Amino acid sequence: MEDTLIIRGIEFRSRLWIGTGKYRDFEETARAVEASGADVVTVAVRRVNITDRKSENLLDFLDPKQYKILPNTAGCYTVEDALRYSRLAREAGVSDMIKLEVIGDEKTLFPDTIGLLKATEILAKEGFMVFPYTNDDPIMARRLEDAGAAAVMPLGAPIGSGLGLRNPYNIRIILEAAKVPVIVDAGVGTASDATIAMELGCDAVLINTAIAGAKDPIAMAEAMKHAVIGGRLAYRAGRIAKKLYATASSPLEGML
Amino acid sequence: MRLTVNGEAYCTEKNTVRELLGEMDIVPERVAVEINLKVLKRAEYTEYKLQEGDSIEVVYFVGGGRGSAEGTRNKCINEEEQEEVWKIRLSLGE
Repeated sequence: MEDTLIIRGIEFRSRLWIGTGKYRDFEETARAVEASGADVVTVAVRRVNITDRKSENLLDFLDPKQYKILPNTAGCYTVEDALRYSRLAREAGVSDMIKLEVIGDEKTLFPDTIGLLKATEILAKEGFMVFPYTNDDPIMARRLEDAGAAAVMPLGAPIGSGLGLRNPYNIRIILEAAKVPVIVDAGVGTASDATIAMELGCDAVLINTAIAGAKDPIAMAEAMKHAVIGGRLAYRAGRIAKKLYATASSPLEGML
Repeated sequence: MRLTVNGEAYCTEKNTVRELLGEMDIVPERVAVEINLKVLKRAEYTEYKLQEGDSIEVVYFVGGGRGSAEGTRNKCINEEEQEEVWKIRLSLGE
């Protein structure tokens, strides 16, 4: 059965979204993205080095015709900065999609959800497709949705921590209430974490460090691909209920 | 004419943004330009006349996940932090 992720009429080939930071070079980035089967890749917006123009361009390795380029506002600590980066990103890119981050604290990189909500409201009104990186807070998820977010992206655990889904119960509550897709962003450490997110019913997961920081990023990218597919299929298949005691699966009838 | 480009002093005889990008060897389709905090549409690259003292930002896409791209690199994958993560995981019984 068809099970394509569609957000505001845009079809997504994969439920695994990939961040492109921390790779050794662009070549490794491109190989990891290919192995992951992802079609959304997040990128950051930074100053062009005007004194050294020989540096390579990421988009030479990730063709925007082949992949959906999702710019982020990583590193922005204020609403003003997030808006500025978003508007620049739209002009540099090919779409209205923005992965919105308003970071509240350097040590935790937790979102400043008050600023995030303000920025979401403004950008949604300007026609952006806003993907806000938020806490695993069901109330904030609803507020972001009401403010016009195209999806909500609750964190599983702090960015780059690899701790997995620290509060699957909250993610479940978010999922039950959400009318927009829910994409777990941040915290995935290994394949099973991604599977758990998908088994809960999340629409997609965004992973960067777990792949880029693995000993073999290409192999981990492929592992994540299968993890996300497996988790999604299990969610749709419907798991059995947990029980304390055994239930035999072989028939008693016909025994000697 | 003296400008500020990406935070640095820059002298040019060029009149438009398009010419300026050309002088800097930058492909206009791959960047976004902001002049005095206002984002310029690509169509405006040839219309906007550069003025003495203009502050210009030229940005493009780089590899990035989340958080501050440079700031978190060491924080996330240096060994001491990894050690710390493991201590936390172990104390949580994982």
